[in-house]
Amino acid sequence: MSDATFTPAELELMKGAESPIEELGERNLLSPTMTFNEITESVCAPIEGKTPLAWWIGFAIAFTGLGVLGGSITWLFWKGVGIWGNNSPVAWAWDITNFVWWIGIGHAGTLISAILFLFRQKWRTSINRFAEAMTIFAVICAGIFPGLHTGRPWFDYYMVPIPNQMSIWPNFKSPLIWDVFAVSTYATVSILFWYVGLIPDLATLRDRAKTKARRIGFGFFALGWRGSNRHWQVYERAYLILAGLSTPLVLSVHSVVSFDFATSVEPGWHTTIFPPYFVAGAVFSGFAMVLTLMLVCRTVFGLKNIVTMKHLELMNKIMLLTGSLVGYAYAMEFFVAWYSGNQYERYVFINRATGPYAWAYWSMISCNVIFPQIFWFKRFRTSIPVMFAISILINIGMWFERFVIIVTTLHRDYIPSGWGMFHPTMWDIGIYVGSFGLFFTLFLLFLRWIPMIAIAEVKGTLKHAHPHPHHGADPMHDEASAHDALPAPAE
Amino acid sequence: MQIFPKTLNVLPLVLAVATVIGGGAVTFIFWYYFSPANLQVGYEPVQPVPYSHRLHAGELGIDCRYCHANVERSSEAMIPPTQTCMGCHAVVKQNSARLEPVRESFRTGQPVEWVRVHKLPDHAFFNHSVHLNVGVGCVTCHGRVDQMEVVRVNQPLSMGWCLDCHRNPGPSLRPRDGDPANSITNMGWTQTATAEEQQQLAANVHPPQNCSGCHR
Repeated sequence: MSDATFTPAELELMKGAESPIEELGERNLLSPTMTFNEITESVCAPIEGKTPLAWWIGFAIAFTGLGVLGGSITWLFWKGVGIWGNNSPVAWAWDITNFVWWIGIGHAGTLISAILFLFRQKWRTSINRFAEAMTIFAVICAGIFPGLHTGRPWFDYYMVPIPNQMSIWPNFKSPLIWDVFAVSTYATVSILFWYVGLIPDLATLRDRAKTKARRIGFGFFALGWRGSNRHWQVYERAYLILAGLSTPLVLSVHSVVSFDFATSVEPGWHTTIFPPYFVAGAVFSGFAMVLTLMLVCRTVFGLKNIVTMKHLELMNKIMLLTGSLVGYAYAMEFFVAWYSGNQYERYVFINRATGPYAWAYWSMISCNVIFPQIFWFKRFRTSIPVMFAISILINIGMWFERFVIIVTTLHRDYIPSGWGMFHPTMWDIGIYVGSFGLFFTLFLLFLRWIPMIAIAEVKGTLKHAHPHPHHGADPMHDEASAHDALPAPAE
Repeated sequence: MQIFPKTLNVLPLVLAVATVIGGGAVTFIFWYYFSPANLQVGYEPVQPVPYSHRLHAGELGIDCRYCHANVERSSEAMIPPTQTCMGCHAVVKQNSARLEPVRESFRTGQPVEWVRVHKLPDHAFFNHSVHLNVGVGCVTCHGRVDQMEVVRVNQPLSMGWCLDCHRNPGPSLRPRDGDPANSITNMGWTQTATAEEQQQLAANVHPPQNCSGCHR
């Protein structure tokens, strides 16, 4: 394709929303000298190269963790939920804490893929595949906990409204059943979205495959993708529809999770601020987890040229925003407790900050609200060690947030004679640690088998993926790269 | 390069059809074969004594409560002790070989180990006396025991089956008017009351439909 076929006016039009508006200070995200081939090579290298020793070591550790999970669950099936520390008055404890924590982490994926896509945030292309994979694995980990929490997991099918010999339905007035629908819908749409986005990249891997098994394996899942104009047109439409479907889910899933608490009449839970507060916290923890994993992977797999400091800085800004929103919610909870004049509500919050779980409360405040404020400074926002430390602290803080909400409310509610403390057992710890084993086992398999960065989408953000009038001596703009540019999604 | 043969293009169609048919088949198998109506009804265990309900309750016309004596006062319809059998068999059929286990039980004091036929889950608390006292007869749940040589399960005894009656008890209720034809042990009883009369019968019966009515 040569520019000669277009008039300058046409070219200006095509430039439109796609390329950076230089007058506004927008710049290309990736280095202007980067080629399409460089991207394909760097992303495919971890999949096509020899398995690094570090991967095997990581996998061995993760797989051991998975074994711990399997062992703990087997023992739980054998003995019952009595092996956990849950007991009156704290009937919800680590299991629900872990559920909410994992499902919260699983919010970054759809936010990045759907909402940022609809808002045309092109920087999402370098991290969306990664975040979506993390989302799916986090949702899988989350799903384990309520399933086991029921006490008789083999009756979990009771939660699904299927006609049965008992002639009864689940209680549709209960937010616990809304949870079943919210989480399963979220899992389904996330997987679909992830897979649809993968198709062009799987075709790339198929075409590069050197063994027959890989050709057939990747070829099967690439669904016969040839990269024709018609394919791209249908693909783009499907992607847009899925983005539209996922967007409300980003907000609805954690809102519904918050209803588990907000619709009950426990002091400290029964508040209207919960849905937005939970969603902000979910996005906050999700980004933190993406960042933790991304910082390791971009170093180990040499992807610093695709996931640049610009991307990381933008993620840190989102964490600063959501962290501050969460901090506002913490403050507002205290204000409302005081303003309500309800003595039980007041007591719960005073007890949170000064009672026997004050250490957990202040861990939460420091990790979620105080430490992330360091991101106001560009120097720290662009420092890898600082952001790595903060991202881990945020994940710890967000776990404590759920623990504080659940345990401090339950352990001292209306009747002082019913007060008590929660003590975790080794099986509480085993299942939680084991869920990391499951998560990292899946994640390491993902890193070795599926391109961790959306090749086609990243290509679409390159300078020479867009027609431009002033290229002159641009060495990238030869016939071959212009031809490659066409399939890149018009983002 | 062509990896897959062109015939594979029918795969999505085949998968779609297989999913529909396979899914339908699995649903049907669970819905039909895994239901208590299929798994419970017809259960007829071999008993240690070849006791015939057809003979005793049917031909001889012995009232159910002669043996299951406390059924109107207790949650359980008790299994009669050996002494009840011997009340007659001390003089009737003294030498029958088929009655040897009963006589042995009487001599040694070891109860006959009857096999339970009607089983409910441990978390379902069923009370016989409540049902009988509002006028639900034996036959409604146990079928024509007076025609069975060996007792077998006649109804599904599933929760949905319980609720069918708890939600609309009228058709199963007999008037408690002392008329022998309406006796709860009359196995040949059929509902003759009109819909209105049934409504009157059911007016003072409040079968629980909440969870804790049966699951404590």
